[in-house]
Amino acid sequence: MTESAPPLIEVANLGKDYPTGAGVFRALDDVSLRIAVGEFVAIMGASGSGKSTFMNLLGCLDRTTRGSYHLDGQDVGRLSSDQLAALRNREIGFVFQGFNLLPKLTSLDNVALPLMYAGMGREARRRQAQAMLDRVGLGERSHHTPLQLSGGQQQRVAIARALATRPRIIFADEPTGNLDSETSRQVMDLFNQFNRKEGITLVLVTHEADMAAYARRRIRFHDGRVIEDVVTEGVPA
Amino acid sequence: MILVSLLETAWHALVTHRMRSFLTMLGMVIGVAAVILMLAIGQGAQAMVRGAIESMGSNLFIIMSGATTSGGARVATGDAPSLTFDDADAIRDLPDIRASAPVSPGGAQLIYGGVNWNTSVYGTTPDYAVVRNWSMASGSFFSEADVRRGARVVVIGGVVARELFGDENPVGKVIRIKQAPFEVIGVLADKGQSLDGRDQDDTVLVPISSAQQKIFSSSLRNRARFIMVQAVSEKRMDAAETAINDLLRTRHRIGVGQDDDFTVRNLTALAETAASTTRIMSLLLGAIAAISLVVGGIGIMNIMLVSVTERTREIGIRMAIGARRRDVLWQFLIEALTLSLIGCGIGLLFGMAGAWLVGWLAGLPVAVTPVSVLMAVGVSFLIGVFFGFYPARNAAGLDPIDALRAQ
Repeated sequence: MTESAPPLIEVANLGKDYPTGAGVFRALDDVSLRIAVGEFVAIMGASGSGKSTFMNLLGCLDRTTRGSYHLDGQDVGRLSSDQLAALRNREIGFVFQGFNLLPKLTSLDNVALPLMYAGMGREARRRQAQAMLDRVGLGERSHHTPLQLSGGQQQRVAIARALATRPRIIFADEPTGNLDSETSRQVMDLFNQFNRKEGITLVLVTHEADMAAYARRRIRFHDGRVIEDVVTEGVPA
Repeated sequence: MILVSLLETAWHALVTHRMRSFLTMLGMVIGVAAVILMLAIGQGAQAMVRGAIESMGSNLFIIMSGATTSGGARVATGDAPSLTFDDADAIRDLPDIRASAPVSPGGAQLIYGGVNWNTSVYGTTPDYAVVRNWSMASGSFFSEADVRRGARVVVIGGVVARELFGDENPVGKVIRIKQAPFEVIGVLADKGQSLDGRDQDDTVLVPISSAQQKIFSSSLRNRARFIMVQAVSEKRMDAAETAINDLLRTRHRIGVGQDDDFTVRNLTALAETAASTTRIMSLLLGAIAAISLVVGGIGIMNIMLVSVTERTREIGIRMAIGARRRDVLWQFLIEALTLSLIGCGIGLLFGMAGAWLVGWLAGLPVAVTPVSVLMAVGVSFLIGVFFGFYPARNAAGLDPIDALRAQ
């Protein structure tokens, strides 16, 4: 990454506290970093290191206790919850470890859901959802419900949903945690493709080194602080 | 967000839990059906009372012979016929009175050819038709002259006409009343049931003089059991009542401090009491039914709260992919509204069917009015909003991260 690339994400002195019975728990402390458009970042760390908290903050699901967060130049801390929702809808896609598809909806309806919240008409969103399913190789399964799909297929539907509104950044929280190694590789290849070919910024939270190896930058958290931030090789698409 | 999508989402959620949705709706169905049915029965009862009042005639007094109390002891009115035909004529000459008809009631066997029929016979004067606002279906009413000369003419009610004559035209035919021949000169228009449930068309009217001479063989000539009086307007009712009292006390030479030998009753006021009693009864029925509607609403709230708790994770997912708080609020509100309005629709059908059935079985003129339907729909809508809002607000107030972590 060259220094001239505009930072998509810029956090400065970020901190997040959680009240506990024994006082305040500092989940994140004094985190400052930038992520540029098109980067593929792996965030690593043991459980409790703060990596998930960090991702929730970057994903605009949670609010910071201290410090500032700018997403695409906007001060996220100043946005209302509706504006945050709109931001999540337009700019951000999420992929979760447990897939988090709505079990009663078909793949197509699951993928079309963010488009509904974007205000798109029924026919247009079904067309776009079908196109996204085709891109993740599940065009044939658009009328299956999640329970009729394998774990790998479900995660691909989730990726299609994350990409449905054409966001600039994807946050993936342990996306291969529930998958076997072969399926995991397929899912990671898919991510890698979208990153390399379409320039979608990817932030991957994982504790598996071979998944992190797909990324081209590795940030390691420990006790709520960044202890490592290095450029890595990545895997060609 | 587009309403169609919201409705689709709501429909999907309801269909997913068919049994639960059905049971939740059942509360609304029963509530709405009960309201519709009770309002219909109330309307029917009121219509019936209204009809009976109209058929009775308006601004009416009935003056009975005898007093309700005599020296402190209660006696039955009408026992000693103290009222005379002249009293009736004198009352008619009072300024606020339109008509005044002395009546001598009784019962008798009627015979026409081989057919006989037992009915009530009223001896009266032409004023009776005015007082009762009774028109003729055919023929004419008897005249003052008929009364004066004790003519053997009779005017018959619709039921009597049908029972004795069938399809024949009764006018001009001669029937026997207690063996005495009377010529039928008119048939009364049908009035239907009276307030006390009697069939008003099952009667015959004869000149009061003829009734007393030929039918009742009364020893008390020129005396009436009661006099029916019509005032000129509702406003003059009180003045008329006072004038009648004064007149009769003078004519009957009743001194100060002595008991009346007659009783004046304001029939119109009595009828209005009956009407307002019916109104209160139908209000009460409606109120009880409305309570069941509220119970139905609480059922909806209960299920919506359960549903929000069960679907916390779904709410989290929706929020993560861009649902605003108001989108979530609308989603659950519309779901509650869909439940209440579909329940209302089914309830309307059951209510109308029930009303029709009651009308058919009880012979009541039940009426499902557009107003009551609109009211049921409106109230169901409000119930959906009222009882749906709290669970929906709970859902919309969830923290996305907590919601995503649920289960």
